[in-house]
Amino acid sequence: MNLNPLILEIKNLKAQINENEILKDLNLEIRKGEIHAIMGPNGSGKSTFSKVIAGHPAYQVLSGEILFKGSNILNLDPEERAHLGIFLAFQYPIEIPGVSNEDFLRLAYNSKQKFLNKPELDPIEFFRVINEKLQLVDMSPVFLSRNVNEGFSGGEKKRNEILQMILLDSELSILDETDSGLDIDALKIISNGINKFMNQDKAIILITHYQRLLEYVRPNFVHVMQDGKIIKTGGPDLAKELELKGYEWLK
Amino acid sequence: MNNQSNKILNSNITKLVNQPYKYGFSTVIEKDIIEKGLNESIIRLISKKKKEPKFLLEFRLKAYKKWKEMKSPEWGQLKFSEINYQNIIYYSAPKIKKKLNSLDEVDPELLKTFEKLGISLTEQKRLTNVAVDAVFDSVSIATTFKEELAEHGVIFSSISEAVHDYPELIEKYLGSVVPIGDNYFSALNSAVFTDGSFCFIPKDVKCPLELSTYFRINDQKSGQFERTLIVAEKNSQVSYLEGCTAPQYDNNQLHAAVVELVALENADIKYSTVQNWYTGNEYGQGGIYNFVTKRGLCAGSNSKISWTQVETGSNITWKYPSCLLVGNKTKGEFYSVALTNNYQQADTGSKMIHVGKKTRSRIVSKGISAGTSKNTYRGFVNISNKAIGARNYSQCDSLLIGNLSNANTFPFISVQNPTARIEHEASTSKIGEEQIFYFLQRGISIEKGIELMISGFCRQVFTELPLEFAAEADRLLTLKLEGSVG
Repeated sequence: MNLNPLILEIKNLKAQINENEILKDLNLEIRKGEIHAIMGPNGSGKSTFSKVIAGHPAYQVLSGEILFKGSNILNLDPEERAHLGIFLAFQYPIEIPGVSNEDFLRLAYNSKQKFLNKPELDPIEFFRVINEKLQLVDMSPVFLSRNVNEGFSGGEKKRNEILQMILLDSELSILDETDSGLDIDALKIISNGINKFMNQDKAIILITHYQRLLEYVRPNFVHVMQDGKIIKTGGPDLAKELELKGYEWLK
Repeated sequence: MNNQSNKILNSNITKLVNQPYKYGFSTVIEKDIIEKGLNESIIRLISKKKKEPKFLLEFRLKAYKKWKEMKSPEWGQLKFSEINYQNIIYYSAPKIKKKLNSLDEVDPELLKTFEKLGISLTEQKRLTNVAVDAVFDSVSIATTFKEELAEHGVIFSSISEAVHDYPELIEKYLGSVVPIGDNYFSALNSAVFTDGSFCFIPKDVKCPLELSTYFRINDQKSGQFERTLIVAEKNSQVSYLEGCTAPQYDNNQLHAAVVELVALENADIKYSTVQNWYTGNEYGQGGIYNFVTKRGLCAGSNSKISWTQVETGSNITWKYPSCLLVGNKTKGEFYSVALTNNYQQADTGSKMIHVGKKTRSRIVSKGISAGTSKNTYRGFVNISNKAIGARNYSQCDSLLIGNLSNANTFPFISVQNPTARIEHEASTSKIGEEQIFYFLQRGISIEKGIELMISGFCRQVFTELPLEFAAEADRLLTLKLEGSVG
């Protein structure tokens, strides 16, 4: 039994978008040092769950609580949640025209440094930091000069998300279908990055459809989400069972 | 995207973009003003007040006659109520009791006004490497560094003074690039223009200073009709910048300027504009109607004219800085950033007319539309049958901020010989909710995020501005796009 401190507590969470209730009484507890996988059929509310934790303005929380390291974050802006240590790797990372990846990454890094009252880095100092992280996800420095996600392949976009996760060193990372659309080599690279990044002070939520990722990144818990609720929780074996039997079996 | 978040996004961006207009104050000053309305006797009166030679009065009257026969162009993507030309004052000047001998005699209110605008005219504080001609309503108030420039043979003065001091140059070049009847607004300007700047760079001289004119509309009912003429003789070089602001009034004011550039053999003219006229309020009331004709003639071979504009102001912008590439191996360039917000409408672009052999032109246009504004690029590239080996490259990029703004691109290309090489690239991108959320999720504030996107988008154009003003342009855009976001 892991008795590390709780990093995330979600209590009776209900949330909607466009007056459409998606999350219906969701409960979850995550402790430091844990990896949780959330699986579930399309439309069960997995992506909504990740956006609500990150504070996307399109979603409204109707009731319930989200506690991050013991304090309620529901009234915080997305950037404040990011500063506190919540990271979301997007399912569909968006292209940002005219902004180089290097500038973007440095600005994100320095925003966090500033929040932590640490010195901000100039481009040369930053290059040293980022160069080291690039190797962890097997990316060439050339890609720093390209615009954020512009013209990136699906795999490059996902690797860029993992790079940002490693760079910002957040305590809680939510990976929304980071594995989908990846070939086996890219999946290995990304899994490797995640495993090197993970330690006892952090927690990761993997949202995925496939058991495949979980062979490389071993979760402590697997949850099944359906209709805005977690309907079953188990160990890694639950994922294998789902792969064989599908979700219908749980009904 | 859902409506609720749409609303949040739009209000965030609106707050960000709606910085109060810093230059909206007006100056109380004793004025020499004539009755509103336009007719032949008004034109004679203006000419008389300015003690003009006969050729200029004739120029004006001929233009007025043409203008009366013409119709206001309707092809622009612009919607505005009809302008009542009889309701405009065509001459308004601060009262000056006697001829000024030095800046010390300029009304301190005027000096203060320009001081407040960040344009210092006094000896101690003026920019050390920029000569400024300050135009207030209808007349030029002061021109700095005149003597210093004269040592190099460079003439830089108000066009009214130039009419008296160098009538032969004015008569030769005025209307030589933009003919009187070229278009409705150039005809109007030719009839009633009151002041503007004149620059003459003699043969083999590289102008030692940046030249700059600062236009200020102050009076509520007057229009501003300035005329700028720049002549660069063989092997000469000049860089010129114009800036403009106006007070905040709830009626629309008309600004119809004409700028003519003449580059002789091997000459190089760089003309930059930072336009910040009052845009009107957030409901679209007030603001300047900006109808401007700017054209450069590359008359001599190997000459080059480069236009750079940063257009952030005005309720309506109608402006197409153009190059007539007549000499062989001449080069025309147009770099533009046009930012529109709220109910602003901009229809702007360039014309490149290739006549000479091996002529080259380059158009880089960046349109940014926010709020419910409308931003249109309109371009015309014409390669005549004589322009053997001509080349053009055009790039038009539009950036939409929010979901209610509008961008159009109308490139028109006409090629009459097979040796020409034309390239056209266009793109449209959007700063929407998802991009902003991406920035926020990475801990970057909305202001920083938008600033980064805008400056990245405009970089190609800003690098073309004279160094002294690149920072100013960056600041101006940031000013318009920064603010506290709740």
